[in-house]
Amino acid sequence: MRLLKIVPDNTNIAFVRVRHIAFAITALLTIAAIAMVLTRGLNMGVDFIGGVSIEEKFASPPPQDEVRETVNALGVGEAALQQLGGANTVTIRLPVPESADPAATDQMVEKVKAALAAKFPGATFSNYSTVSGKVSDELIQNGILAVVLAVMGIAIFSWLRYEWQFGVSTAVAIIHDVLMTLGFFALTQMVFDLNIIAAVLTIIGYSINDKMVIDDRIRENMRKYRKMGMKELIDLSVNETLPRTVMTSVTIMLALGALLIFGGHVLRGFTAAMMLGIVVGTYSSVYVSSSLLITLGLKPGFREDKAEASNAERVGPREG
Amino acid sequence: MLDFPRWKILTITLFLGVMIAISIPSFIPKSVRETWPSWMPKPAINLGLDLAGGSYLLLEADTKDVAAARLEQMRDQVRAEMRRDPRIDIGDISVQGGKLSFMVRDPSKVDAAREKLLAITGSGVGTTGQRDWEIAVVDTSRFVLTPTEAGLKQAIDTAMGDAREIVETRINALGTVEPTVVREGGNRIVVQVPGLEDPKALKELLGKTAKLEFRLVSADQSGAQTGTAPAGSILLPYQEGGRVAVDREVMIRGEMLVNATQSYDPQTGAPGVTLQLDGAGAKRFAKVTQENSGKPFAIIVDNVVISAPRINEPILGGSAVINGGFTVESANQLAIALRSGKLPVTLKVVQESTVSPELGADSIRAGITASIIAVVAVIAFMILTYGRFGIYATLAVVINVLVIVGVMGILNATLTLPGIAGFVLTIGTAVDANVLINERIREERRRGRSIMQSVELGYKEASRTIFEANVTHAIAGVIMLILGSGPVRGFAVVLLIGIATSVFTAVVFTRMLVTIWLRRNRPSEIHI
Repeated sequence: MRLLKIVPDNTNIAFVRVRHIAFAITALLTIAAIAMVLTRGLNMGVDFIGGVSIEEKFASPPPQDEVRETVNALGVGEAALQQLGGANTVTIRLPVPESADPAATDQMVEKVKAALAAKFPGATFSNYSTVSGKVSDELIQNGILAVVLAVMGIAIFSWLRYEWQFGVSTAVAIIHDVLMTLGFFALTQMVFDLNIIAAVLTIIGYSINDKMVIDDRIRENMRKYRKMGMKELIDLSVNETLPRTVMTSVTIMLALGALLIFGGHVLRGFTAAMMLGIVVGTYSSVYVSSSLLITLGLKPGFREDKAEASNAERVGPREG
Repeated sequence: MLDFPRWKILTITLFLGVMIAISIPSFIPKSVRETWPSWMPKPAINLGLDLAGGSYLLLEADTKDVAAARLEQMRDQVRAEMRRDPRIDIGDISVQGGKLSFMVRDPSKVDAAREKLLAITGSGVGTTGQRDWEIAVVDTSRFVLTPTEAGLKQAIDTAMGDAREIVETRINALGTVEPTVVREGGNRIVVQVPGLEDPKALKELLGKTAKLEFRLVSADQSGAQTGTAPAGSILLPYQEGGRVAVDREVMIRGEMLVNATQSYDPQTGAPGVTLQLDGAGAKRFAKVTQENSGKPFAIIVDNVVISAPRINEPILGGSAVINGGFTVESANQLAIALRSGKLPVTLKVVQESTVSPELGADSIRAGITASIIAVVAVIAFMILTYGRFGIYATLAVVINVLVIVGVMGILNATLTLPGIAGFVLTIGTAVDANVLINERIREERRRGRSIMQSVELGYKEASRTIFEANVTHAIAGVIMLILGSGPVRGFAVVLLIGIATSVFTAVVFTRMLVTIWLRRNRPSEIHI
């Protein structure tokens, strides 16, 4: 049986040589992403800005203008409409009523439901949620804190296990991945909610997996080929792990693709974020973080591996 | 490599077998599961509200209420204590800036007053030995009582604990199925009611503090129009509109209530609420109604006068009826609220979401379809790429999915929609370990090592990488679990369980399969 090979054996791609170009492209894209977030902003879901979100399912694709007019005519505030799950479903976002009375929200939801049901026969509501401003501020804070802590925790771990350069390059690559994802959400104006924070954290987790595999190989090769120049060594390591990098990315893309197409609209933004994150994460592992090690001045034989230092008896290089 | 001892094989097989058995109940409908004999495993995954449909409410208490109520209570206590023999004359007690202060008229009695205060301000909080209140004397005879941080915290904690129980009692009284009511953080309560599609009644019920009071209606009602209460009385809104002046003094408090039920007026058939008072309450009720025959008596719930019937004759049985424009539902709600007791804090809904069961069912169906397609695609891809080793990896992934389900069942974890996404992602990453191993074996083969050596080294070298990569991945998972709320948590749970189980199935289990095959067949070449 002939087996499928996506990546041929013994590739010898000079990743490191193009690092200056890669850095320039990366920097440009990152700046573009930041600019995008700053100018267009993120389309925050009710989780983060507070408000009421009502999802209404219509019998046939509804004219959005008419829906908006119907809701606005109720005097419950400016409605923001969004088409999420298929053509028949519309999400209506409204500000939380000012009144402290807990029943005010109910009355508002009732009003909207009744008005829509009267105007568009066959319209049924499928879910709604309300988040007060205070809670949403907290959710934002916790979300940001989670991402920052994850980046820090991972950087510290890889610094302790390897050299500080690995920690720094990993952290830089992760920040890059996060910024690119945010830029993507600013560009597409897909709803950014709590689920997306989970997606961002997952991207971090995946991206880190990728980098660890390459870093681990670099470290192994540093021990094995003490005389080899750093550029060749990194190229060798990235090439050696390339089949795995591609294989894993393809498998995960297959899984996520299934989720994107068949997983229902509720998870669409989430899945899209992760797919993008996998591409960006793989790119940053191959082109950014490993090449960055050279810029940061990692040298072969720089320092004995920490695990090995405690085991000083073993002097000679590993056989093979 | 080839000496994989039999006991190890047995242990691994047995372990995985048990885990798979445990996962079974999660695939069986609940109605079927409940008819199983008791020896069969029952723990199953809970479905989150986004999958099952239902309502989620996040309630927040205003902790300032607790502080204010505590001050008021302390004021009453101080007043009562100072009146008690030996009586100490004091000036007005002022409550200002969260502090209580009063003057002792006779400066020589300051020490005696302090003794009395020490007795009522509590000996300390828990084991820390800290007092609930600081007592200070200024200007020789003025006492200032300041609540301590620890004392207040304790009080809020107790109040929230009580509030949680009352909330649970009230929801159960509504007759809904399996609500979860948990405290979150210092001053929040999370309520999840699966299957509840319209949380309106629930919110109304939880929004009621249900503070019940009986006061006499003041003879002088002139203030009701002008808005200034006559001396000795306060103005309260009347349920049917307008205001009523009632006496400052509370005749009967909700604490004296033993039961409240929804009832009908025997004459008019209108719905109402029948209250049953305890012994002391009944005695007091009899006395008050005897002394005030002919006067209207206000029944007040949450500072709103519900009704003010005229006392026609002394009521001796200790039971009273509230009538006042109720519907059967609103009467029943009030009865539940009164029965469950007064909430020690006011609860406000700060976050809520409701998912219709149809959308939940749609999501489940979509999630399961996506999972199956993902598994099939990944399996096909793995087998095409790694041949026999791909089949082993596939077996590992399938078992891994079952083990995750089993572990989630044991932990009674909740599967949410993002949890399903976590599942699908786990399927993707679980193969990563096998990809690492298989690529390493390929590499070693290319370097000209023997089959045995290649497999051996492949597992050994890859295991280290797998460990490092998964530890870092787990760091992100743990942070999500700690800081996340709702969907983020549901995702993190699946992710963390998946990381742990995938390492085991991918490294240990496939190694066992490979060893058994190599030992039996001694192949001269491997296709990988």
